[in-house]
Amino acid sequence: MFEPRTALQGAHFSGDITVTDAGLVGMIAIRGSLTDPALCAAVAEVTGHPVPATRKMSGDATDGLAWMSADELMLFCAYGDAPTVAARLVDALGDVHSMVSVLSDARAVIRLHGDVVREVLAKGAPVDLAPDQFAQGDIRRSRLGQVAVAFWMTGADSAELVCFRSVAGFVFEWLSTASQSGSAVGYFATPRR
Amino acid sequence: MSTRIQSGGRLIDRSRKIGFTFNGQRLTGHPGDTLASALLGSGQVLMGRSFKYHRPRGPVGAGSEEPNALMGLGQGAHFEPNQRATVAELHDGLAATSQNHWPSLDMDVGALNAAMSRFFPAGFYYKTFMAPRSAWKHVFEPVIRKAAGLGKAPTQPDADRYEYFYAYVDVLVVGGGMAGLQAALEAGRAGARVLLLEQTAHLGGRLLSDEVEIDGQPSDIWLAAAVAELQGMDNVTIRTRMMGAGVYDHGYVTGYERLTDHLENATGPRHRLWRIRTDRIVTATGAIERPLSFAGNDVPGVMLAAALRDYVTLYGVTPGDRTVVVTNNDDAYRTAIALKLAGLEVPVILDARDAAIGPLPRQARDLGIRVEVGKGVASVKGGKKVEAVEICSQAGEGTVLETIPCDAVAMSGGWSPVVHLWSHCGGKLVWDVDQAHFRPDASRPPTDHNGAGYVITAGSASGALLSGDAMQDAAAAGRRAAAEVGFIPSEGDAPTAMAEPEEPVQPVWMMPAGASYKLRSKAFLDFQNDVKVSDVQLAAQEGFESVEHAKRYTTLGMATDQGKLSNINGLAVLADSLGTTIPQVGTTTFRPPYTPISMGAIAGEARGAIFKPTRKSPIDGWHDENDAVWEPVADWRRPYTYRRAGETTEQAVHREIRNTRTNVGLLDASTLGKILVKGPDAAKFLDLIYTNMMSSLKPGRCRYGLMCTENGFLFDDGVVVRLSEDSFLCHTTSGGSDGVHAWMEEWLQTEWWDLEVFTSNVTEQFAQVAVVGPKARQLLESLGGMDVSKEALSFMGYAEGELGGIPARVFRISFSGELSYEIGVPASYGRAFWDMLLEKGAALGVMPYGTEALHVMRAEKGFIMIGDETDGTVTPHDLALGWAVSKKKEDFIGKRALQRPDMIRADRKQLVGLATEDPATVLPDGAHAVAGVNEYGDPKTIGHVTSTYFSPTMERSIAMALIDGGAGRMGEVLEFPVGKDSVIRATVVDPVFYDKAGERQDV
Amino acid sequence: MLRLTCPVCGATGEETEFHAGGEAHLKRFGPGSTDEDFRDYLFQRQNPRGVHFERWRHQYGCGKWFHVARCTQTLEVFGSYTAQTSTVPDHIQSAIKARRPDWEPAQ
Repeated sequence: MFEPRTALQGAHFSGDITVTDAGLVGMIAIRGSLTDPALCAAVAEVTGHPVPATRKMSGDATDGLAWMSADELMLFCAYGDAPTVAARLVDALGDVHSMVSVLSDARAVIRLHGDVVREVLAKGAPVDLAPDQFAQGDIRRSRLGQVAVAFWMTGADSAELVCFRSVAGFVFEWLSTASQSGSAVGYFATPRR
Repeated sequence: MSTRIQSGGRLIDRSRKIGFTFNGQRLTGHPGDTLASALLGSGQVLMGRSFKYHRPRGPVGAGSEEPNALMGLGQGAHFEPNQRATVAELHDGLAATSQNHWPSLDMDVGALNAAMSRFFPAGFYYKTFMAPRSAWKHVFEPVIRKAAGLGKAPTQPDADRYEYFYAYVDVLVVGGGMAGLQAALEAGRAGARVLLLEQTAHLGGRLLSDEVEIDGQPSDIWLAAAVAELQGMDNVTIRTRMMGAGVYDHGYVTGYERLTDHLENATGPRHRLWRIRTDRIVTATGAIERPLSFAGNDVPGVMLAAALRDYVTLYGVTPGDRTVVVTNNDDAYRTAIALKLAGLEVPVILDARDAAIGPLPRQARDLGIRVEVGKGVASVKGGKKVEAVEICSQAGEGTVLETIPCDAVAMSGGWSPVVHLWSHCGGKLVWDVDQAHFRPDASRPPTDHNGAGYVITAGSASGALLSGDAMQDAAAAGRRAAAEVGFIPSEGDAPTAMAEPEEPVQPVWMMPAGASYKLRSKAFLDFQNDVKVSDVQLAAQEGFESVEHAKRYTTLGMATDQGKLSNINGLAVLADSLGTTIPQVGTTTFRPPYTPISMGAIAGEARGAIFKPTRKSPIDGWHDENDAVWEPVADWRRPYTYRRAGETTEQAVHREIRNTRTNVGLLDASTLGKILVKGPDAAKFLDLIYTNMMSSLKPGRCRYGLMCTENGFLFDDGVVVRLSEDSFLCHTTSGGSDGVHAWMEEWLQTEWWDLEVFTSNVTEQFAQVAVVGPKARQLLESLGGMDVSKEALSFMGYAEGELGGIPARVFRISFSGELSYEIGVPASYGRAFWDMLLEKGAALGVMPYGTEALHVMRAEKGFIMIGDETDGTVTPHDLALGWAVSKKKEDFIGKRALQRPDMIRADRKQLVGLATEDPATVLPDGAHAVAGVNEYGDPKTIGHVTSTYFSPTMERSIAMALIDGGAGRMGEVLEFPVGKDSVIRATVVDPVFYDKAGERQDV
Repeated sequence: MLRLTCPVCGATGEETEFHAGGEAHLKRFGPGSTDEDFRDYLFQRQNPRGVHFERWRHQYGCGKWFHVARCTQTLEVFGSYTAQTSTVPDHIQSAIKARRPDWEPAQ
């Protein structure tokens, strides 16, 4: 009876690329000093990911750890696991000055797939998306059109994007518009698969 | 007459014909034609009427500088006015209409303006319409509005799509002619990331029209090789039909790409606005030929010499069979030669110079063309078409020596480099005396974030007008750009380009030099805005000595072509009138875009549903399905009320209020800001942020808190909950969540960085529902789960648990004065929780309520609302909230300001309640109270209404107001004038109208 | 439109990613300060034609505040640096002096 719902409720669009609601994703914001060895050890132990370097990400939205700021990480895990993982993080961090908050429901994750994924993002984000400038393992927080987003490549022709829940509909509509069939720019070399 | 000729036309495909319409008439052209070339090929030289005098006009150019041949293109939702026929590529089914005439292009009533032109001199708007005042409204304005305007505005919303694209490169090359290609080759070979833009559909620029040898071979061979090499480089991108529109600070360039304008059936976006960041810009934008200022230089059939050559060479069309060439330089001889070789007649070349001895004049003479030196045009005869040219001595006053019948005139006053992109961001110009033009001063470029010049000119855009010089200059520009962005360029020899050498140009700013007023008043400088030599002279005479003033007074250069043809000639006339030099007069400012770009491209994707983000709550779907009347609250949309069949909005609001006060109501409060604040110094930090003492709050308890700016003015409020010893949850207003979170982070990062505190904006993690009313507890108990009894969860208490199987955070806070619980659940469960409350509450009469019911109920309780009772000038004390301002704390943001004498004046505006004398009369929002008179003898305003409603609970109108010294006016009757002779009288009362003791919420 | 580099996350972005926060290195005057000091803290701002120090926030990026040394006349950027300082760091002062030899830090 009480099935949790994502903001996009499984929405899917297919044009120059596909735009798909990633469904429920566990997300935990971890704030603390990323240069504190105790914090890094605790985070690595609980998440299985090393604390990523600046603007880097380990893994993806199914299981990943992303650098969000100098004192903030975002952990991605299974939706149902987030509360217990968060509790384990709090335990492991002990007295380390830190903050762990579950934000699984505050955001929406969208998956993008297709040859021109980079181009679709480059229509809205003021970011150099050339393959040699933005590669798998990088994460960029920026804006898409008028709203804040973060995105990362998950393969040569796929990416994931996270935005606030309240604007998920706007972002989905924006991505669908920018990737309507026949809108390819032909600027970045087609990825080799 | 104008016609398609048998030879030439390298850009058109003569094997195919395509149909288009011009003013409804069916015509044909060839693929590769522009609209202008197709019209010329169809015998149509007359293409429009001018803006001011409605004079008949034909194209004067063949490219983007065209001032005359402006058309409405497309139909219905695809219609766009003021498009230049010279750059509009012909496609099957193109529909074009000419502009600025009525009833028809051939028969135009407005042309009377031309006959009256003596009465429309420079500045005629300012002079003519001064008096009488009433005439402006009733006579002048209606007439001007009818006659004015360039083209017609579209009547339907634009049906096309547009988008942006962000691109990052090392070197951007603007212009795909010889210079641009060479610069791109140099930078590309060195390894730089290069983007080359060409505004037309074709690479090659003037190489396509003019004979140039490169490395000893015809330029076509070099051109094909250069393009092939560039296309083979992974680090080089070439985009045609894309204009470098504007250069901005720090290497930011806008590129305007036209994707579908040349196609009949197009899908995909029509235009794409590229937002390019580059380290270096090479502008290889070429040069533009200048007209000569002689009488009748605007008659259809008078064209720039190179444009006429382009029509013949590129499109195989000519505006006439007999063309008189008039020039002050050698380059125009190329036009005479091209015409002659195409089998057309050139009765005479009028060369204003004293001698014409270079190889080009020699070639012309060898072809049997008559060349007259020291001669010019006295006047062009003809109305809608050139009929003849009257020849005179350039040195004289215009005495006619001979009249030569002809049907076209090719004019050339020399060439000016296209300096626009160089100048957009501050690149300076220098006057080149020898070539009689302004060219970029390479020693004063626009500078970037590193303080380095970031625009480099190449080829004729530098002033290197001869092919050989242009090639060398372009190679050097490309190499320099590559080197400056960190690559090692080639040191080898650049290709050698060779064309016929040319003798120097001789400046001719008026033809003839001593032209009479009659001739000067028919010699046009700015074709589109109908500015003549005599207008600029008049402006100078009347004291408009600054070029910027003269420009605005005469409108010289202010048309959609921004004076690409007219500026230099206009400056020269102004300089001459003022008895000074051209460089002393200077230029007007060059502003982007280079040529007009579509409004759609500027908007990009942001239109329709994605014009602006709308934030939606996790329960938005239910509201949408249940007839919510929406209200925008910051970026959110919230239900104002839920109107049922047969109800007015007001009735719906009143029903929701009555039900909430008697049964139970539900409010979707998810939009309220929620900020988590945690750390050893969290309490200390919140003591600084809030005016209240927050460190004394006990875990599990809630406290209403106020936030002030350093100015001491209230800017946000909300309930603070102490979750545990070191963590707090701060509620903010719906519109304030991002701002308050940013405010906290700002203080933590920039002032109190020693505090150990972290914040997290968890607003969207929770769907929050206010369950409000006497039966609220009963409803929650019916869900099963945590204990919500008074004993377990007292007023202003907080508890965490589960309700109906959903994890819940429950706050016993009330913004309505009723028994009230605000319950936060994970947003993904929000809709399920809401549905469950409606289902379980059905028996209790549960009913959702919207923001208006919320507002009325809080006003009935005298609770303030940020943005209604506050406007950035209101202190907590003004709102009788002094109890929430700590006197014990040493410091908090705003404390120092609240100690200023002005902030504690007794006669400040203070919050009061108002009861209108007639209980049914509701004061208008914002109505001013007046009492006595001010120093001007007018009624003196003493305050204004901040909130006003009809209260269904009190069954009367209620209001709040900020009134001078309001706290001391209890019982006074105030007057609110609300229109002519109408005054509403209201008594000052306590703003708490309902349940003054606060018993209902604390049960 | 400016191009700035956030010293916290190292990203170079265009101005639309950032939020301008006015003059940097203001000293806060709170309770107990004189009227003049408090007035100056609230309202008196430098408006130099030349070298200036500003606060910026990487609003759409890592969310952090930082300082920028910039020329208001040419828009030249001399460097960006941490917001957690009340003085202009030496390396920024050197960078300014290298390009504006006449510049002297304000007292």
